[in-house]
Amino acid sequence: MKRTLMAMAVACVVAAVACGKKTPPVARPIPPPPPTAAGGGGDANRPPAPPEPVAPPLSVPAVPVPTDNISAASLDDLNRNSPLKPVFFELDSADLSRDGQKSLDETAALMKKYSSWMVTVEGHCDERGTAEYNLALGERRAGAARAYLVSLGISGDRLHIVSYGKEFPFDPGHDEAAFSKNRRAHFVITAK
Amino acid sequence: MAKFILTFALAVLALQSQTPPQLPASQQPPPQQPSEVSTTISGDGGSAPRLAVPDFIAVTTDAESVAIARIVGQVLWDDLNYEREFQFIPRDVNSTIPKATSLTDIPFDRWRELNADGVVVGAVQKVANGVRVDVRIYNVRNHQTAFSRSYTASSANPRAFAHMASDEIFKMQRSLNGVAQSKLTFASDRDGERMGGTVESRQVKEIYIADYDGENQRRVTVLKTLNTFPRWSPDGRSIAYTSYRRGGGQIFISNIYQGTIEEVTKGPTENWLAAWSPDGSKLCIASPRGTSHTNLYVVNRDGSAFRQLTSDRSNNTTPTWSPSGNQIAFVSDRTGQPQIYTIGVDGTGFSRLTADYSDRPTWSPAPYNEIAFSARTGPGFDIRVLDLATRNVRQLTNGEGTNESPAFSPNGRHIAFTSTRSGKKQIFTIARDGRDLRQVTHTGNNEQPDWSPSPKETQR
Repeated sequence: MKRTLMAMAVACVVAAVACGKKTPPVARPIPPPPPTAAGGGGDANRPPAPPEPVAPPLSVPAVPVPTDNISAASLDDLNRNSPLKPVFFELDSADLSRDGQKSLDETAALMKKYSSWMVTVEGHCDERGTAEYNLALGERRAGAARAYLVSLGISGDRLHIVSYGKEFPFDPGHDEAAFSKNRRAHFVITAK
Repeated sequence: MAKFILTFALAVLALQSQTPPQLPASQQPPPQQPSEVSTTISGDGGSAPRLAVPDFIAVTTDAESVAIARIVGQVLWDDLNYEREFQFIPRDVNSTIPKATSLTDIPFDRWRELNADGVVVGAVQKVANGVRVDVRIYNVRNHQTAFSRSYTASSANPRAFAHMASDEIFKMQRSLNGVAQSKLTFASDRDGERMGGTVESRQVKEIYIADYDGENQRRVTVLKTLNTFPRWSPDGRSIAYTSYRRGGGQIFISNIYQGTIEEVTKGPTENWLAAWSPDGSKLCIASPRGTSHTNLYVVNRDGSAFRQLTSDRSNNTTPTWSPSGNQIAFVSDRTGQPQIYTIGVDGTGFSRLTADYSDRPTWSPAPYNEIAFSARTGPGFDIRVLDLATRNVRQLTNGEGTNESPAFSPNGRHIAFTSTRSGKKQIFTIARDGRDLRQVTHTGNNEQPDWSPSPKETQR
């Protein structure tokens, strides 16, 4: 763990240095020449570049920055800005899209890395079905996400399913933009 | 357990248990035996009888008696108007007739001029143990008493006097089971409370009850979570519902008069949408049971003897029992979209009823043999009713917002449902022919109504 932290800290410093070289801090954005002006004159008018600055010293180089925010965060903080991204569905469908599968691949990787996490998979629906039917549809969506995670090697015991139907929309709007956000499998980390 | 206990003012129950005190001999009406109702008021040429319901008389003239007299008279007018079995002298016309000062001082000639067939007269007076309300109906033609009842109860809920009188008047005059004493239950977020334990700001829904007209709304559950799909037990003393108190959806029963709560299902899989068998001994429940397909199960009221009813690789949900208890109607999406089907309780006799996208069936009480449901008719839903004998379908709403979750009144003549036509989700009632729309809730979102049996049926 310590070695990982150190390696990451080094990587940070390198990145910062590389960054510093690319963008001189005093450089100003130059407005593009007006389209009517003949090209070629712009560069000649640019002020000479300032001397390359040396890499700015890191203000707190000695203290190892907690780079693993996920380990440090409380459950509430974690769920507030969850690393487990929701999976979205088409109308009346519980089929996983390619994007959905990609997102679940990342979720599976995180759940393997943090192997003590227990996760509730919530199934949600847009408002267009009835409240009653949407319970079964939400369950199917949560179930599809769970089955995919299990197929990637995550133990089913760590994945609890709840269907909320259309009870808790994430976007209260009544248009497709809102509906598409509300048709989802949503992940809540319940223990870490 | 104590925190779930309800403190109901059992005004209605107290009222029912009272036997009307005997009137003094001079005022004693003829004995009213149901078998010898000879004083039914009829209208001209077979039309609905035309009643006058003037303001009730406050015999004791204190402010409370006057207020109760006004309430009982007005509520009785509304209750009697609800079934469209009577015509009425308009209320503003009543004021042109000299006010009666006693139950026997009736200006019959004046009511006759207005073509009234009957006049409903009421008197309110304070007595030692509360309030006494006398209700009489006189036949305007022959001046005979067609109905006479006396009720004594606490003054806590004056409307209950009118509701009881109305149901008795319908029974005696029209051989009809009224619904004035029935109640609605529904889920509501009106208190704006938030669920604990989640970072999302999720509003709780709790189970409420109200009189059939939306008055006397009271909260039943204090579970601080999502509580949905309440269903009255056939004896009207319990409400089964889906609660997320244990994480996922599970079936709970609140016994509203004892203030106790039962957990019918305990997971680990989810269970939703309990429907009572007509004898109250069983529930039909939708549950995925660890599969990706929701199916129907029948379980004893105490959670024992789980039995699978449907076993299809589709979603099978939202059960409702036939009044005979032999069949269950439900929704399945086995053809790709939700449709309504029936199946025998023994698992035989599977049959499809609908062709369009249809959801959330509710079987009517006898003598009607109908199924009300939500049909997708556009962006939202409308309430339709399917007559099982003729297979005719009629539509009660027409795209005013979305209209869902129909529930029949105990006499089958009205339907309560959820509509967004006034903005938020609210409970409305409508007559079975689509007339007489009434909004009965106004605060917060209120949805998924169910209509209780009438007390008469509960005393069977």
